[in-house]
Amino acid sequence: MTSVVYSENEDRHATPRDYLSGGWSIRSWLLTVDHKRIAWLYAVSITGFFFFGSAAALLIRLELISPAGDLLSAESYNKLFSLHGIVMVWFFLIPSIPATLGNFLLPMMIGARDMAFPKLNLLSWYIYTLGGLFTLAAVIAGGVDTGWTFYTPYSTLFSNSAVLAAATGVFIVGFSSILTGINFIVTTHTMRAPGLSWLRLPLFVWANYATGLVMVLATPVLAVTLLLIALERVLGIGIFDPALGGDPLLFQHLFWFYSHPAVYIMILPAMGVVSEIVACFSRNPIFGYMGMVLSIMAIALFGFVVWGHHMFVSGQSMYAGILFSFFTFLVAVPSAIKTLNWTATLFRGQISFSVPMIYALSFLELFTVGGLTGVFLAALALDVHLHDTYFITAHFHYIMVGGAVTGYMGGLHFWWPKLTGRMYSRPWATVAALALLIGLNLTFYPQFLLGYAGMPRRYHSYPEEFEILQVLSSLGAGVLALGYLLPLIYLSWSLRHGEKSGPNPWDATGLEWQTPSPPPVHNFAETPVVTEEPYAYK
Amino acid sequence: MPTSSGQAGTRPEDETPPETQFDDMDQQRHAGLLGMWVFLLTELLLFGGLFAAFAILRLQYANVFAEAAHHLDLKLAAINTALLLSSGLTMMLAELAAGARLRKVAVYWLLATILLGLAFLAIKGFEWYSEFRHQLMPVLVLPFRYPGEQPAIAELFFNLYFIATGLHAVHMLVGIAILVVMLALVRRWRRPDRLDRQLHIAGLYWAFIDVVWVFIFTLFYLLRG
Repeated sequence: MTSVVYSENEDRHATPRDYLSGGWSIRSWLLTVDHKRIAWLYAVSITGFFFFGSAAALLIRLELISPAGDLLSAESYNKLFSLHGIVMVWFFLIPSIPATLGNFLLPMMIGARDMAFPKLNLLSWYIYTLGGLFTLAAVIAGGVDTGWTFYTPYSTLFSNSAVLAAATGVFIVGFSSILTGINFIVTTHTMRAPGLSWLRLPLFVWANYATGLVMVLATPVLAVTLLLIALERVLGIGIFDPALGGDPLLFQHLFWFYSHPAVYIMILPAMGVVSEIVACFSRNPIFGYMGMVLSIMAIALFGFVVWGHHMFVSGQSMYAGILFSFFTFLVAVPSAIKTLNWTATLFRGQISFSVPMIYALSFLELFTVGGLTGVFLAALALDVHLHDTYFITAHFHYIMVGGAVTGYMGGLHFWWPKLTGRMYSRPWATVAALALLIGLNLTFYPQFLLGYAGMPRRYHSYPEEFEILQVLSSLGAGVLALGYLLPLIYLSWSLRHGEKSGPNPWDATGLEWQTPSPPPVHNFAETPVVTEEPYAYK
Repeated sequence: MPTSSGQAGTRPEDETPPETQFDDMDQQRHAGLLGMWVFLLTELLLFGGLFAAFAILRLQYANVFAEAAHHLDLKLAAINTALLLSSGLTMMLAELAAGARLRKVAVYWLLATILLGLAFLAIKGFEWYSEFRHQLMPVLVLPFRYPGEQPAIAELFFNLYFIATGLHAVHMLVGIAILVVMLALVRRWRRPDRLDRQLHIAGLYWAFIDVVWVFIFTLFYLLRG
């Protein structure tokens, strides 16, 4: 093993040069093993996919402005929401915080020079890109119409769309999250700075560590499931085909065994981000640190035993349903502990409404709505009514957009000065943060009402009495789009023209703030020694 | 346990600088081992999903699956199990020899491990061939003529059998490729302390393939009712 790319910045004892000064050649980016540069590779790729997936959502919302299915055929509509789901789940949400902010910050927060396996880290980005190419190929081949869940027997026997290419893309991209997970786990275990014991770790590190565990344990099950789907589609093996003795419900079990924990892959890192921001901008240590750590691990653990709540009406046994319902109620407990602790952290704090804080407070509101409606859905009888309606769509968008995306945006604004050494325009950023909060509520709150009134998901036309709520929802999507486009503009602008931020503009604790911005190639001039508890704000 | 402890690094001829992200060799060694263990956890769940699918169908069609298992060659599989378990032993001996800085012995044990692995694959290949000849290989357009009851369900059994053993064989090929690289490295014998660590990591992977086979052997061959 030779370390090729380090060599040009090798000398550890010279004056530290920042990680961007190594040059802007294509080679310096595509062959880098610096976790900070890899974070940028990911950030650019996921942003591309995010706007790709958003374009699909935009078309969906445009179609739904009028009750008649006039803009898109039912078939194109199916393909658009499938594309939206596949791209957003696997190519944006899963890698969003871990692969960008996590990649950049996890080694810095524990006082390390890099991840334990820098080359695997780069490899994971290449795998991600390869998976992305397959997904694009699926789109070019005419799209896929199975929904992001690839339910059998439709996906294996009946769908005439590019299921194989899309499934291959998802299969491949899974290995990139496995590699990221392995890196997070090993780095956290073995590379903490002297004095940084487990219970002194920032909650962002705990959250990404737990995410790594979920990635490593859940993703391979998705891989083997998609492998079976591909074999079934190509070779006609009947594992999921009832006509050949197979069991379509088995597919749903295997699929959700991955895909429910995947929700926690999305939300746990966002919870980590919010912990950092709330503590910093209320100048208070996190309330109940130990409870927060235990809740993170409990969410990761319970996340593995609730998958059956996706199948309450799929014909699984009633007793299984009762058990899964019970566990689903249980997972609400650590989530509630976290929400209460964040609120308690605010108590008697010196709260400042900086941009990251607006995102964090939005997260609290949105996550609470999303979480509480999840408790409704955990109830077996109620779920029979609400299953496959807009209520579900609204619930998980509150968690995924309201939770994961808001957390990502908050983290991006919190650590942007560290990532780039520059500060963005605060007035514009405030507008964007508020647009996200308002737009999101306006888009998805009406969908709760639609679902409660019984409107099912996945239809391109609907009865006229739903028109007002659907139009409101589409209006909200427009506001939401503003909340996404503005940051793209003012953040890009700040790269060149933003004022220099200095190493610690927020006066925050944490090792990542004790090094220059942008950080030097090996993060720290010398390995830091930790002597105090986390969040020592008072 | 193979010797992967820190003392080996204290000998002057063994000293190698750690990679830049690590503080010292011990940290690097620890990270490498933990990385492989976590990777094996992933592999375990990859096969776990397959075994779960098998378990559910096995319960659903207990009689047909038990009957179908009689059409697999238990003798060949038992020989293969013996070969693979022995290869686990020879791999361990290779690690011990490298730890004791006995280069030649390590080379021989590694070679033995590779040969045992290849023998396993050869027998497995022969087994597949005889299943093909008995028209029990329902792959692509090949004819499937199962003499027992409910051939459609038995076909499911054979499909799962070929997926599981096929996936395992792919892992064997990867494992053998790793061992061939290790053989070349041990023959060259530079930085013995590093070889020691790499052999240990390779050995973990090899042991994992053994364990998976034990599960396949039990589930597909021994559960014959």
